[in-house]
Amino acid sequence: MHELSIAISMIDQIAEESASRGGLDVEVVHMRLGVFAGVDKNALLFAYELACEGTPLQGSRLIIETVPLLVYCPVCQQERTPPSVYQICCPECLAPTPEILTGREMEVASLEVAA
Amino acid sequence: MSTRMVEVRAKVMKQNDLLAHALRERFQQQNTCVIGLVSSPGSGKTAFLEKLLAGLARDHRVAALVGDLATENDAVRLQRATPNVKQITTGTICHLDASMIERALEDWRLGATDFLFIENVGNLVCPSSYDLGEELRFVLLSATEGEDKPLKYPTIFNSSDVAIITKMDMADAAEFDLAAARRNIESVRPGMKIFEVSSKTGQGMEEVFSFLLAQVAHSRTPVPILEEAAQ
Repeated sequence: MHELSIAISMIDQIAEESASRGGLDVEVVHMRLGVFAGVDKNALLFAYELACEGTPLQGSRLIIETVPLLVYCPVCQQERTPPSVYQICCPECLAPTPEILTGREMEVASLEVAA
Repeated sequence: MSTRMVEVRAKVMKQNDLLAHALRERFQQQNTCVIGLVSSPGSGKTAFLEKLLAGLARDHRVAALVGDLATENDAVRLQRATPNVKQITTGTICHLDASMIERALEDWRLGATDFLFIENVGNLVCPSSYDLGEELRFVLLSATEGEDKPLKYPTIFNSSDVAIITKMDMADAAEFDLAAARRNIESVRPGMKIFEVSSKTGQGMEEVFSFLLAQVAHSRTPVPILEEAAQ
């Protein structure tokens, strides 16, 4: 359960962004979270609310967009979605696919702020 | 009240990644090969590390940082092999992060070091998100844990560079299916280098030593660019 640490890093990150833009009144935080980032979405939503308490982000809402796992199949030379997070291979030709294109993301994508 | 959208695109782990990147550069400048060790609790990280330190200390300068929630037990144990051991007690934190490594190095009078090992808190989930500036991450899996561990914890196996199957001396007693374990590792991290060892009997340790020595001999690879963190 490191989602609380992640939530605190996120809030620091947003505070930095806000400060660099002269202070933002953040209402909604849009985040992109890869299925292979090792972070649980619901645990993060829960931790975010807790971590926001007493910060300028208190009362803000976190919306998480899940980024799927995409790999590159060297045989088919195509982007593919592996059968599961524990079968990192091409679903068509079953070739191993060490190259991961998406799925590890953990980023604050955008902020909805009071105009 | 109306709102407007502000594009940010900031990595959540940016601070940690920048710090890890700086550590990695520093280790490379100092010619220190840094290896991270991750595994579940009780899979034999410390026993394996004891053997590594003792074996490498014959011809190399070695050191270790060991993370645990509490106690100095591991450091005391490892100090039998080298005095250059420091414990990081994390309190309630379930993983090490780059700032803990930086702080540990700050007040540590560590001279020139060929190998620095960083033993993470026993945990197969949380450490996967934190780059510590290590050159390679070893993930350990013991023969007594069951061969499907890699499938159950794909993120940490995928984010590691080398898999070490430990407690091979107990494989028969535990009815450990080695072929299945290797298949499962390959499934979550295609092409992963795998070693089978026993810290008790010394089985497989020579191969690990050779691998590590080759690593210092011709590694010195360029620092991976953290393009997103650098933004």
